Amino acid sequence: MDLQILTYLVVGATFALYIGIAIWARAGSTSDFYVAGGGVNPVTNGMATAADWMSAASFISMAGLISNMGYGGGLFLMGWTGGYVLMACLLAPYLRKFGKFTVPAFINDRYYSKAAAATAVICLLVASITYIIGQMTGVGVTFSRFLGVSNEMGIYLGMGIVFCYAVFGGMKGITYTQVAQYCVLISAYTIPAIFISFQLTGNPIPQLGLGSSLVGEDISLLAKLDQVVTDLGFSQYTTAIPGSKLNMFVYTISLMIGTAGLPHVIIRFFTVPTVASARSSAGWALVFIAILYTTAPAVAAMARLNLHATVNHAVMDGGDLFAPENSLVYDERPAWMERWEVTGLLRWEDKNNDGRIQYYNERTTNPEVLANVERAGWQGNELTVNADIIVLANPEIALLPNWVIALVAAGGVAAALSTAAGLLLAISSAISHDLMKKIWFPDMSEKSELLAGKIAMAGSIVVAGYLGLNPPGFAAGTVALAFGIAACSIFPALMMGIFNKNMCKYGAISGMIAGLTVTLIYVFAHKGIFFIRGTEFVGLIGGPNSFFGITPEAFGAIGALINFGTAYVVSKFTPPPPDHIQHMVEDVRTPRGSKTISGAH
Amino acid sequence: MDKSGKAYWHAVLKLVAIILSIWALVSYGFGILFASALNNIHIGGYPMGFWWAQQGSMYVFIALIFIYAKLMGNLDKKFDVHEQ
Repeated sequence: MDLQILTYLVVGATFALYIGIAIWARAGSTSDFYVAGGGVNPVTNGMATAADWMSAASFISMAGLISNMGYGGGLFLMGWTGGYVLMACLLAPYLRKFGKFTVPAFINDRYYSKAAAATAVICLLVASITYIIGQMTGVGVTFSRFLGVSNEMGIYLGMGIVFCYAVFGGMKGITYTQVAQYCVLISAYTIPAIFISFQLTGNPIPQLGLGSSLVGEDISLLAKLDQVVTDLGFSQYTTAIPGSKLNMFVYTISLMIGTAGLPHVIIRFFTVPTVASARSSAGWALVFIAILYTTAPAVAAMARLNLHATVNHAVMDGGDLFAPENSLVYDERPAWMERWEVTGLLRWEDKNNDGRIQYYNERTTNPEVLANVERAGWQGNELTVNADIIVLANPEIALLPNWVIALVAAGGVAAALSTAAGLLLAISSAISHDLMKKIWFPDMSEKSELLAGKIAMAGSIVVAGYLGLNPPGFAAGTVALAFGIAACSIFPALMMGIFNKNMCKYGAISGMIAGLTVTLIYVFAHKGIFFIRGTEFVGLIGGPNSFFGITPEAFGAIGALINFGTAYVVSKFTPPPPDHIQHMVEDVRTPRGSKTISGAH
Repeated sequence: MDKSGKAYWHAVLKLVAIILSIWALVSYGFGILFASALNNIHIGGYPMGFWWAQQGSMYVFIALIFIYAKLMGNLDKKFDVHEQ
């Protein structure tokens, strides 16, 4: 069957499934809407959390980033999974015991202050909105490539689908849709990886294939890759670190505590019935996440090798990489290259006018490579490949059947939609529950709160769509920033709220503000104020590498340190929290007496 | 908090400290700080530092959460604070 029709069929079928589930799981009460009634099985919740968590960036961009970065890409793998250990040990069970709908509700009660809750709402909105931009751009990229519609049309379609199941279903609809979306996205990710691993190494398990030898050769896949990329002037795959080791270290911390502080993930742990199930659910979430995350490095390395092998015949057949006949003739390029050229994500420019594609690192300083380039008469690198292609085009590069390619389209869309829905819920519950119900109109009835939640959700979808159409940066970049913001503001406030019962409202508020301010100044200095081009002020803070060469994406960890430090100092000089709050903290620490989540207070 | 409550919390903090030490050792230790040295050792076709950063630490994270959940369950029962 024609690839385009097949893709429409597969993607269309998954949409029908999601909407069907949403109709079946309509939310009737605020408890359904915010926490799916609070009775979700920990394994189911783990699967939904995994889908919620694994965004368009995880599905589409991550393997591509690792593919380009090599070893250093491990910071995403460790950072985005290690946070679950923190969440399971430090936050999830205690917040579940506390028994309220939202993260700001905990801050509100624990720090006995509406100002603290309002600060938390602002942090939550900034983090979630920054994050959702990446999701909406992801929706646009996937739709435009696979459904042959424009980027804008793709975003409108995505908005429509999310509207259907998030507005009517709330958390209940989202939870069960996310389970379906998990199944779609994980098969879409692993099936091509299994095929490719088997083709290259004879081992169908990608995690093992990555550490195996190539079929019919006596060299391991990674050793071969190391050799090919260094011969072409790139840094060695298994040791390459972009930036410094210190930056990798700080970046990993940032992603870990950001993960533990992201509100849309935390609220998923309010949906399970008991404290014990909140603990184990974090483990199940990580199991389901790790299926994708341990496959990603294999996808990354294998795609990199396949790409080099496609462009240069000598990679697999042996021989001289720099011999003219071994570079791919442009007119004989495979069909997938043509298809991706249309999207602009892949570009070729014939610099030496020989009609062949030369792909190497033109900025290399390796004298041996430079001598080879000179001898071969290459005039510069001719192929530019966007990192997002690695996953989306991977099945095509490996010549897999059309149904696999269609499945990857559905998977990419599922990943983006599920995270968008989770974020929209976090945003709308912050507006309807934390702002309207708790701060502005405490007398609101449950019915009008539910309505307000749905209106806030619809409004958020429009804002998210607008930001997706006018993205202030590229997908992976903005996502990393959302983590920085969650890391510097929300995580420290929650952790101190549980582990330091003397932490008072003054400490918490000043800590959140200090952490957020410093992080935003650092980020905006590099990326422009609110990411508007031309408003960067890196010069004012001492140049791009002003703080030990730490990149703005990694700065959340520093912001968190500032938050902890400020909160500690301020709390030393201000009155301690009242007795009933200290008792509440003690009560939160023991599991007994956990009850169904309610929004009442 | 009464005496047993204090003892319970103390035991919880000790467990969390152990879990987080292992968490830090495999990721920040094996995966980043000592990765270059570990790369001299190979597991199959994997250099070991690379393996910890891109595979190993994640397997350990999963094990840690389930071990933590199990041991916390035991602590809850021992101090009689478990959910009924």
